[in-house]
Amino acid sequence: MILPILLVTIVALPFAGALIGALLPREQQTTGAWLAGLIAAFGLGVTLWSYPQITNGNVVRIDIPWISSLGLDLIFRLDGLSWLFCLLITGVGLLVVLYARYYMSPKDPVTRFFSFFLAFMGAMLGVVLSGNLIQLVLFWELTSITSFLLIGYWFHLSAARDGARMALIVTGLGGQALLLGALIIGHIVGSYDLDVVLASGDLIKAHPLYVPALILVLLGALTKSAQFPFQFWLPHAMAAPTPVSAYLHSATMVKAGVFLLVRFWPVMAGTDQWFWIVTFAGLTTLILGAYAAIFQTDLKGLLAYSTISHLGLITTLLGMSSPLAAVAAIFHIANHATFKASLFMAAGIIDHETGTRDIRKLSGIFRFMPFTATLAMVASAAMAGVPLLNGFLSKEMFFSETALRDANPFVNLALPIGATIAGMFSVAYSLRFVHGVFFGPAPTQLDRVPHEPPALMRRPIEILVLACLIVGVIPGITIGPFLAAAVVSVTGPETPYYSLSVWHGFNVPLAMSAVALVGGVLLYWALYGYLQRGIEGPPLIRNLRGQRIFERVLTTISWKGAKWMERRFGTRRLQPQLALLVLFAIGAAVAAVWGRLGELIAPPTRMDPAFAAIWLVGICCAIAASYQAKFHRLAALVLLGATGIVTCITFVWFSAPDLALTQLLVEIVTTVLILLGLRWLPKRVAFAGDDVALLKVRIRRVRDLAIAIVAGMGMALLAYAVMTRPVLVGSIGDYFLEHAYKLGGGTNVVNVMLVDFRGFDTLGEITVLGIVALTVFALLRRFRPAAESVDKPEQQRLQNAFDAQQPERYDGETVSEYLLVPAVIMQWMFPVIIVLAVHVFLRGHDQPGGGFAAGIIMSIGFILQYMAAGTRWVEDHLRILPIRWIGFGLLAAMGTGLGSWVFGYPFLTSHFQYAELPWIGRVPMATALLFDLGVFILVVGATVLILIALAHQSVRSPRAARPPVRVPETEAQIGQEVL
Amino acid sequence: MELILAIGIGVLTTCGVWLLLRPRTFQVIVGLSLLSYAVNLFIFGMGRLRINAAPVVNGGTVDPLSYTDPVPQALVLTAIVIGFAMTALFLVVMLAVRGFTGTDHVDGKER
Repeated sequence: MILPILLVTIVALPFAGALIGALLPREQQTTGAWLAGLIAAFGLGVTLWSYPQITNGNVVRIDIPWISSLGLDLIFRLDGLSWLFCLLITGVGLLVVLYARYYMSPKDPVTRFFSFFLAFMGAMLGVVLSGNLIQLVLFWELTSITSFLLIGYWFHLSAARDGARMALIVTGLGGQALLLGALIIGHIVGSYDLDVVLASGDLIKAHPLYVPALILVLLGALTKSAQFPFQFWLPHAMAAPTPVSAYLHSATMVKAGVFLLVRFWPVMAGTDQWFWIVTFAGLTTLILGAYAAIFQTDLKGLLAYSTISHLGLITTLLGMSSPLAAVAAIFHIANHATFKASLFMAAGIIDHETGTRDIRKLSGIFRFMPFTATLAMVASAAMAGVPLLNGFLSKEMFFSETALRDANPFVNLALPIGATIAGMFSVAYSLRFVHGVFFGPAPTQLDRVPHEPPALMRRPIEILVLACLIVGVIPGITIGPFLAAAVVSVTGPETPYYSLSVWHGFNVPLAMSAVALVGGVLLYWALYGYLQRGIEGPPLIRNLRGQRIFERVLTTISWKGAKWMERRFGTRRLQPQLALLVLFAIGAAVAAVWGRLGELIAPPTRMDPAFAAIWLVGICCAIAASYQAKFHRLAALVLLGATGIVTCITFVWFSAPDLALTQLLVEIVTTVLILLGLRWLPKRVAFAGDDVALLKVRIRRVRDLAIAIVAGMGMALLAYAVMTRPVLVGSIGDYFLEHAYKLGGGTNVVNVMLVDFRGFDTLGEITVLGIVALTVFALLRRFRPAAESVDKPEQQRLQNAFDAQQPERYDGETVSEYLLVPAVIMQWMFPVIIVLAVHVFLRGHDQPGGGFAAGIIMSIGFILQYMAAGTRWVEDHLRILPIRWIGFGLLAAMGTGLGSWVFGYPFLTSHFQYAELPWIGRVPMATALLFDLGVFILVVGATVLILIALAHQSVRSPRAARPPVRVPETEAQIGQEVL
Repeated sequence: MELILAIGIGVLTTCGVWLLLRPRTFQVIVGLSLLSYAVNLFIFGMGRLRINAAPVVNGGTVDPLSYTDPVPQALVLTAIVIGFAMTALFLVVMLAVRGFTGTDHVDGKER
């Protein structure tokens, strides 16, 4: 049972390696190569070793439960098909690592290359080993992202950036579609488990949602495999380093798309929709790709279009839905991986040794590097489908499948003819690759003399070409068993008989092969003159560039469309945004409550006239505050405070002493704070404008008032409706009441909740408070008031003028004498306030009080000293270090939380016991008290920091801001009304 | 009592929302404060209004029916402190913007 664990390991190990590789210093390229190579070799070893366990349709799987109720479990499963893909991913991966070790220049950050490479390999292994659809999509997306990183590896080149972005957008969008498709399939089947899905083929095909699911899944597969009409991203991905191309476009990335088609083949294929969509996309890609490949001038471009074309071949086979076609498709996946990887590597070597990949500049390279040339020629022959090579076998199977169909006459004609034409094209471009590069006169446009590469760099190509040859000559005993294992896992126990041999006698496919070979040679000969002229791009469809359409769509959506949306629906003005927000909230509340409000009943508690009188005052103050907030800020502030006091009394009245205490204290601090800020606000002058403007303002006010009244009435109605409902019995509140003392060791339930039951919440809250205080501090450090606010306030100027007139008074004396008697009292109160704070803090666990309240009391004590004696005096006599206090408070609270880890409990588990203290007696000692101490220190620090940061502005004589430059209105800033 | 408090909450909300839609930053800060009172009272009211039933237990076995619901109180306590932090931050941003743009209009420019 070791294999299931190894499956997890071979997926996880590359990601771990990627992390290590990312941390390696960039000179450690050999270490990076060893790391990547060893991980790939380990994966290959596990794959080879596991083979006996997956033959005859056996499946090895491991389930790691996560959210089983949602069907989200981590499942890794290995069957014949995933085994074949694992072999390709790890095997070709290992060879690519070896190749890249020599290909990559030490000037590039090579360790990063291997890091991305490993992450990509892990993602690919994850795709093929996933036993859960959602998990498969997740790894699928990971391949898109990691391939983006690999393609954009040389990010200093704009081609690499653009190519990577295009690949990411196209395959990423496909991934989105695939996710939707997977969700629909999961909905149809009732499970995301791949084994369940694979057993529900008839259910899926009969379901009304089959077509949407099919289209979405196909979008995912066709974008990934660069099938028409999404083929355009692949040639641009050639901006990647050649090892990346050799890996991504032979054995992995683009094969993920066809892997998906094969994976879902048993459950989705066989319908008309599948046949038409998949075969059409595949056949179009096959012919167009091969046609375009002939006319490429870049070696890698030629190989890229050839890849597109070969993927089209595989897709066409899968579209035909017959088991034999599926066999051929799987066979060709493996064959294409071997010859295409070796060709990419050969192209890389040519590029490396000659300095160019341009076929127009290359010719007669054979004389300089005969070994490499021979290898490339054999691989090209496999690509062209020459007998005795692996490409020939799968292409023969393809031809025989196209020729033996008996659907409608159009298909009967179109398929074999299309296949033969594509075969001719592929012979032609293979010839161009071989003849154009290796034969002919010696090259004249090279700036160096090419020679053979290091032997180890050539080794991967030798191994791959050897594989092409062996499979091509004796397929039955080499690839046969492995292919059989993969085929059985797809087509099931009723797998039809197929023969893997080179010679099947004189038949139609052989004739098609012959036509393709001879026709291809003739075609190349006929086109030779045209090709020699070196014109870029294929004739006839030269102007049909997917990339250009893509760019145009992208520009339209992300630039023009966004601009239009912003012009149409956007505003940078706050008021319309807030109005919309309020309206939306009203709408949401109405929608939620409509018809569910029930009957409004008479209030259950007796009306108290005193309470009514208090609220009459509160309401008057609130209305007056809103009326005065524009022209009389001080009055508005006082009235606001009065409303706060009424709120506070309400809390006292209805059994919430903690709230009342905190509200009262916060009220004091807020008032002081805003008072400190008033000085920097401009003098408000009455609105001056013509009648039209005034009318507009009036209309706006009436409108806003209407919105406000609707909101207020809604809140009142809602509040009344809830408050008159009977008390909930058995709510969560009862639990806290019953357990506060038993579990938390305190009798003040609200405080026990804050520091114990919901301590994590409080930790977050004090963190926010600390962040706000630091932000305030940072914002005010470089505070620049408006020019007209810089001068001393009017009162101070008058008082100083008075001092100047009196000969016996010194300047500023009146100001310093201001509030002299209260100041002395305030200074005397300092120790009293400290004692009060300590008292409120210590009683907090059992009686109303606690860290918050005590902290604010303490900070009021400090601010009183500032008011009484002035900033300078206080800071000369007291050590005020609020930033440090914030830090200590946070550390104390965190430390208490972490402390419970030491004893093996979850974070912030509180512990309490009673201690016998001399004279005082039995005292509850809870670790929650320690946590509350942290809260206390932080609240003191944060409040003091906020207050004195603002108070300091009056002392430090700040420079005025420069008058703002009027920016001309842009078209985006629409809307006319102001005020 | 419920009726009085509901009307109070309604009026506070009306004033708060009206001020929220005004163009001057000081009006908005007063409006936000009023709105916070209203919202805090509203959440507090969700625990129903009980007189002489403060959630301070006396140890031993507890009858939940003789105490008011502590959960809304704990939530409002948090909300009061966060409301203070919000007011402080908004005030300072308002002052900084006033220095920066020369106006106390919420959009940073008069019209």
